Amino acid sequence: MEISCHRISGGRASGPALTSREPISFLGTVDPETGKVVDPKHQLFGRDVCGKVLIFPGGKGSTVGSYVIYQLKKRGVAPAAMINVRSEPIVAVGAIISGIPLVDGVSEEILATKDGTIITVDADREEIRVCQQ
Amino acid sequence: MHLSREEEEAYQGERGESLRRAMEILLALGDIYGADRLIPVASVQVAGVSFKTIGEAGLEWISDLKGKVEVPSVLNPAGMDLSRWREMGIDEEFAKKQIEIVDAYRRLGISPDCTCTPYQIRPDSARRGDHLAWSESSAVSFANSVIGAKTNREGGPSALAAALAGKTPRYGYHLEENRVSTHKISVDADLEASDYGILGYIVGKEVGEGVPRFSFRRRPKVDELKALGAAMAASGSVALYYFEKDAPKAPKGSEEISMTAKDLRGVREENAPDDDVDIVAMGCPHSSPRELEELARLLGGKKVERELWICTARGIAERCPKLVEKIESSGAKVFCDTCMVVSPASDRYKKMMVNSGKALAYVPGLCKIEAAYGSAEECVMTATRRR
Repeated sequence: MEISCHRISGGRASGPALTSREPISFLGTVDPETGKVVDPKHQLFGRDVCGKVLIFPGGKGSTVGSYVIYQLKKRGVAPAAMINVRSEPIVAVGAIISGIPLVDGVSEEILATKDGTIITVDADREEIRVCQQ
Repeated sequence: MHLSREEEEAYQGERGESLRRAMEILLALGDIYGADRLIPVASVQVAGVSFKTIGEAGLEWISDLKGKVEVPSVLNPAGMDLSRWREMGIDEEFAKKQIEIVDAYRRLGISPDCTCTPYQIRPDSARRGDHLAWSESSAVSFANSVIGAKTNREGGPSALAAALAGKTPRYGYHLEENRVSTHKISVDADLEASDYGILGYIVGKEVGEGVPRFSFRRRPKVDELKALGAAMAASGSVALYYFEKDAPKAPKGSEEISMTAKDLRGVREENAPDDDVDIVAMGCPHSSPRELEELARLLGGKKVERELWICTARGIAERCPKLVEKIESSGAKVFCDTCMVVSPASDRYKKMMVNSGKALAYVPGLCKIEAAYGSAEECVMTATRRR
């Protein structure tokens, strides 16, 4: 299945889906050293964002979140790509400065994607490909 | 967004990787906020300077950047006085990281002036009608409201991208349609200097992101406007307000708020100092030469009995060495490059007395200590009173 989308940060990457119905504040929610979700109140608590195609409604919280995404990338524990329903500046800027493909402009149905589904995000072509299982 | 050929080339990476990333940031933000094109900026003030705020993650990003800024650029306040940090009680490790951050910015061609009042040290960096990309909320408010320039409130990376490209996406406060006042505030009181911080503290909470239009009995002085805007940007997120008699009227149906001397007195009384005050801090936003003069007069012949900090821009302290000496002969300390709100040095005190509505709004949350409010005169009285 192919879904059209809007490019925020260029590039192309694939990986297993990790889906959150809640927005993510990277500062305080994701450990920049390990890529683990460390906020016990977050839906993804205990999960690992490393190498995943992270699907979530959008970002929230402190603007320092942009730098946290950069640190995840430098430690090699960042998501492979990200998909938002609607991106806001914190995650958008974080993805760009880190060179992580990020797209938005998709319907909320994307948040029902099953974890582990293999997804390719081609931000340059503004296209998401979902591998049917 | 419409791009010129030059901008398109920069976006495609034909003018280097740092500029490509900068363009990508500007375009993404332009897309998110519905900008139609990029516009040149006259100057930039970059946020994301205090190590307390950006941490290791931010330091790594700035250190990895290459290139040079296209337009005059300065920095937000840092977490410490860059030369007298030991006197502030800052530890070696923090100081090392803080200096690395400022050095990394300097390599990009950014002036290491760390101040929330760039307009006080470089009046030519923002003129009426200029588009800017400034970051610090009180500077943004001053630029939009007092200078008549146009700027959104930028985050660290977006300001840096604007500095590298010399441009910013045209949206928000760059557009006249977003600069229309939303609230009428009539102030039925004769205000003195320290009332403006309290007034801003109250109005900011009331109007949130709105654009208030004030009517005052007399035209406020520049330092009073600085205090008013800073407080409204902290207790709310006001980035623009009007105060001139001939400013455009708020549209019909706008919310009206009337403020009286009683309202101001109420907030003052709630925040009156007590014996718990162990530090007094002034200069939020950074003190002007006029404010330093006033403090030197108030402190003349007195000795402080509590910690007293006066925060200002290095450029101002260097311009007024005699005033600084006079203030410091009382035992007070004039710190540059930083302030009581962004420095971790504030955290070890119990209760801080301030003469700033902005500091009153931020100190409890950001420094996790109590705050009290008074005029500059009352602050000096508390600082010099025997324990």
